[in-house]
Amino acid sequence: MAEILVLVDHTDGVVRKPTLELLTLARRLGEPSAVFLGRDADSATEALGRYGAHKVYVVDAPEVDELLVTPAVDALTQIAENTGPAAILLPSNPDGKETAARVALRLESGLITDAVDIVAGEGDPVTEQSAFAATYQVTAHVTRGIPVITVKPNAAAPKPAPVTPETEKWDVTFGPASAAAKVLSRSPRERGDRPELTEADVVVSGGRGVNGAENFAVIERVADTLGAAVGASRAAVDAGWYPHSHQVGQTGTQVSPQLYLAAGISGAIQHRAGMQTSKTIVAVNKDQDAPIFELADYGVVGDLFQVLPQLVEEIERRRS
Amino acid sequence: MKIVVCVKHVPDATADRTFTEEGRTDRESVDSLLSELDEYAVEQALRIAESDVDAEISYLTVGPDDAKDALRKALAMGGDSATHVSDEDIEGSDAFGTSLVLARAIERLGFDLVLCGMASTDGTMGVVPALLAERLGVPAVTHVEELTVEDGTVTGRREGDSATVRVQGALPAVVSVTDRSGDARYPSFKGIMAAKKKPLETLDLADLGIDAGQVGRAGARSAVDSATRRPPRSKGEIVADDGSGGVGLAAFLTAKKFA
Repeated sequence: MAEILVLVDHTDGVVRKPTLELLTLARRLGEPSAVFLGRDADSATEALGRYGAHKVYVVDAPEVDELLVTPAVDALTQIAENTGPAAILLPSNPDGKETAARVALRLESGLITDAVDIVAGEGDPVTEQSAFAATYQVTAHVTRGIPVITVKPNAAAPKPAPVTPETEKWDVTFGPASAAAKVLSRSPRERGDRPELTEADVVVSGGRGVNGAENFAVIERVADTLGAAVGASRAAVDAGWYPHSHQVGQTGTQVSPQLYLAAGISGAIQHRAGMQTSKTIVAVNKDQDAPIFELADYGVVGDLFQVLPQLVEEIERRRS
Repeated sequence: MKIVVCVKHVPDATADRTFTEEGRTDRESVDSLLSELDEYAVEQALRIAESDVDAEISYLTVGPDDAKDALRKALAMGGDSATHVSDEDIEGSDAFGTSLVLARAIERLGFDLVLCGMASTDGTMGVVPALLAERLGVPAVTHVEELTVEDGTVTGRREGDSATVRVQGALPAVVSVTDRSGDARYPSFKGIMAAKKKPLETLDLADLGIDAGQVGRAGARSAVDSATRRPPRSKGEIVADDGSGGVGLAAFLTAKKFA
């Protein structure tokens, strides 16, 4: 069966959910092999095998931590040149996209970024993407070389398919460090108990209508009741009410959860571009003409400070 | 220091953008303008020039005739000169073709620093800066929201999904900035008038020694099979809060198994 390379996104050996989604998608195209860069491969191997990685190529070298992006490019290119995979899949985050582009350039292959679905075509895989603030659905395929594809989080639900992976250590020849950006420091973001924005099944976001940093507690309470991640519109972030890492929108994080609850968000085009592919959209806004209601499967025209606490109370009442 | 800022003329992101039947961006149906995300790169170049009297800023774009408008807008914000690469054979280029044209033009201009926006607001791939660095063989300090240039290096802060990373590259380098890097200035009337007198050079593929087969549709490495408008979301249930809005919402979420 054709080999499909999947670049593993992990933090200290803890495999992140988008990688499990990639492995699930890769199984539609062939037999997935994971490419793991860094230490702690042992702890990741079990998770990778559980989602169908037959092989785990391990690249453990100091360059992986010291340089930005280029070590992954060297590794993937050299592994691909030696193994001739039928496709290479990477996560659609800035590092993943840049790695993908450079790998494709070196392999003289085509590239598709931000796929929201992949199916095996007659020849090369066929991808689906969203374009123009998710108003268009585009299908495409690579016409040259090994298809290199980056996939957005939540493109597929991870489905286990347990195998015991074979581990293979790779000695990669790294390109000159002078042609790379050096990593001076990495400060992992403090992770609370809430799910990560990109990975969450449910996202609850607040906007201008929240009217103050302290009021975000109302949004957080709903998020915690629903087991959701907290998002914020650019207006709320620019006002300093919530950290930029939580910004949902064209230039922030683009999310595609099962449920998106927008509170006090009018729904400017830039925000819609970041959440329009959510499966179910719910909006609470005082302004009945807010564009967000055009997208909403359910909307409440009202004061979020009345509606949201009542929502939490009612959910808790129903649960007890 | 020689700074080249890559800018793109794109269909207005707030307008209703469409694809042509061939699956390419329809540039006729809506007005185009300088990509908002590139304005942040222009702003950073101007800030560097304000602290370095020897800095010289030139803008570079690839595109049809009206792409010059993006260069004029950038020149109106500040900077010294502009280069427009235009050639029929470039039409339909993917990121590889575009980055080849940009890289050859940048080599011709000479550079210490190439500044780009994090992505264009039309294609939104965000890969051209990395491809430029790869083609030029220089460090890529990408996706940064804070930038300092000193002692022959560029240092930036990059917010990843799980960590804040400080990165540094030796000049010459390619840098891409996010929309968090600092608000872009508006062109002044004086700036708009001055822009008309600044040099604007137009080049074609032959000037850059690029064969037509390397770019455009001929050189593209992927193809669009279909581009269809997403059906509008069916109108949902919108209720006015009569004092029980939260209860109704809870019922909806419960019915959908979210609560």
